[in-house]
Amino acid sequence: MAEELVNVICTFCGSVCDDVLFDVENYKGKKFCKLGSGKFSPKERIKSPMIDGKEVSYEEAIEKAAEILVNAKRPLLYGWASTVNEAIRLGVILTEKVGGIYDQCASVCHAPGTLALIEEGVPGGSLGEIKNRADMVVFWGSNPLEAHPRHPMRYSVRAKGLLIKDRKDRKVVVVDVRKTKSANMADLFIKIKPGYDYPIISALRAIIKGEESAVPSEVGGVKKELLKELADMMVNAKYGAVLYGLGVTQSRGRDRNIENAIKLIQLLNRKTRWIIWPMRGHYNVVGAGEVPAWEAGYTYAIDFSRGYPRFSPGEFSANEVLQRKDCDAALIIASDPVAHFPRASVAHLKKIPVIQIDPFPNMTTLVSNVVIPSAVAGIEAEGTAYRMDGIPFRVKKVVETEYWSDEQILEKMLEKVDQLMG
Amino acid sequence: MTVEVELISGRTLDQGATVEEKLTDEYFKAVSYCELSEEDFKALGLSEGDRVKVKTEFGEVVVFAVLNKDLDRGMAFIPMGPYANMVIDPNTDGTGMPQFKGVKATVEKTDEKVLNVKELVEVI
Ligand code: SF4
Repeated sequence: MAEELVNVICTFCGSVCDDVLFDVENYKGKKFCKLGSGKFSPKERIKSPMIDGKEVSYEEAIEKAAEILVNAKRPLLYGWASTVNEAIRLGVILTEKVGGIYDQCASVCHAPGTLALIEEGVPGGSLGEIKNRADMVVFWGSNPLEAHPRHPMRYSVRAKGLLIKDRKDRKVVVVDVRKTKSANMADLFIKIKPGYDYPIISALRAIIKGEESAVPSEVGGVKKELLKELADMMVNAKYGAVLYGLGVTQSRGRDRNIENAIKLIQLLNRKTRWIIWPMRGHYNVVGAGEVPAWEAGYTYAIDFSRGYPRFSPGEFSANEVLQRKDCDAALIIASDPVAHFPRASVAHLKKIPVIQIDPFPNMTTLVSNVVIPSAVAGIEAEGTAYRMDGIPFRVKKVVETEYWSDEQILEKMLEKVDQLMG
Repeated sequence: MTVEVELISGRTLDQGATVEEKLTDEYFKAVSYCELSEEDFKALGLSEGDRVKVKTEFGEVVVFAVLNKDLDRGMAFIPMGPYANMVIDPNTDGTGMPQFKGVKATVEKTDEKVLNVKELVEVI
């Protein structure tokens, strides 16, 4: 068959590459990285909607799902990071209607950063600014070559920008507990002891403030001399960016690490220009936080059981709720918590009725009572998604399908819930 | 013989490329191993293909042992996913985020089998 190449937007990671091509006839991507190629290649699908393993129609599965949600005292509606804003919006409305808990993948990813920005605000910028202006980039606990493979080329390392013409104009530093693939592309790699991000950031703040005598000869496995060199490079950069990853948010300190890092950036901004930004994972995990923020005022861990939104990650995040056995049903969409949650959380998920909406069979499928297959957004369904820097993109539908989109499924489910609730 | 390590989990390219195909062999291969430093690998008398049991106060899991010369002694890495999640620290300290990185663990050689992902869900 003749090749039909269309320009698409990659709906895998938070880089949301908008320059990739898709051969619709042969179902093959071009210009994608290995992760994007995986996304844009044919793979096993959930064949049909199912109730307890028995194939049913979309209408029947959705009706059963609506019943489960309406009959639950406090259902958890979790996931949302790999779907479009239009579907997420319906999800927030649905959660409110059924008096449930809305939580999303950032909860086990970058949510601690959200807590830090509630405290400190965020000196941020866009990927375009990094590409055009940043003469220094620090990847802290992030490994773009494995998690966002085209990010370095398009925006942050080898990107040719307006003021930064090539790699030589840019200093790249990687801070991590192990020598990752990304460490090999750095001008300077700083290996730290696991869980020591906080004291190292504090030491950098002290040095930059001129209180270097307070810093011991070694902090978190890093010699003071090297910390001084890094602090010096940071102060002398014209436009710097700290791009942090899960190495910082999932380690000891979590939100406090980010708070401290933001304070470091605030301090640097008295002398020069620096920004800090998370390397977001799923292509629309930003939307999974932004959409509930416009609708209900919070980005994750939102409880609607009292009829109005309450935010408290220590109580209403999916892992807290599951470990406390404080939900009696779950709707899981566009994510796979059975594969990605600690066993203590999965144990409760196995005990309650679970509804899953996803294009592909995964580990959550194995424990779900109702399974509703969906169209793949960005290939078989369209909608809006936020890139990791909060810039919205319209992702396309380029392949026809029998599968319903997440938006269609949720619309129908809302209708059913309305009917059942009278 | 056991060694004590600090365990971290994280993304890898293979894990990401197969993440939408969780019930396949490729995904199983991408997530069911533990990387160890040269010193710890030797101390445990391991060769490629051997299996190890990783234990923490939160659980245990059997995975394949892989040598990573770039790791420091006393560190272990399991790709993010169901195997790592059998042993990581589920406590969130009020943030909602379990501690997926930096968990004290012991590693020992074992003859036990590495469960596939379906079997793993069953034993939880
Ligand atoms: S870097 Fe991310 S968005 Fe770009 S092609 Fe790779 S997976 Fe897709």
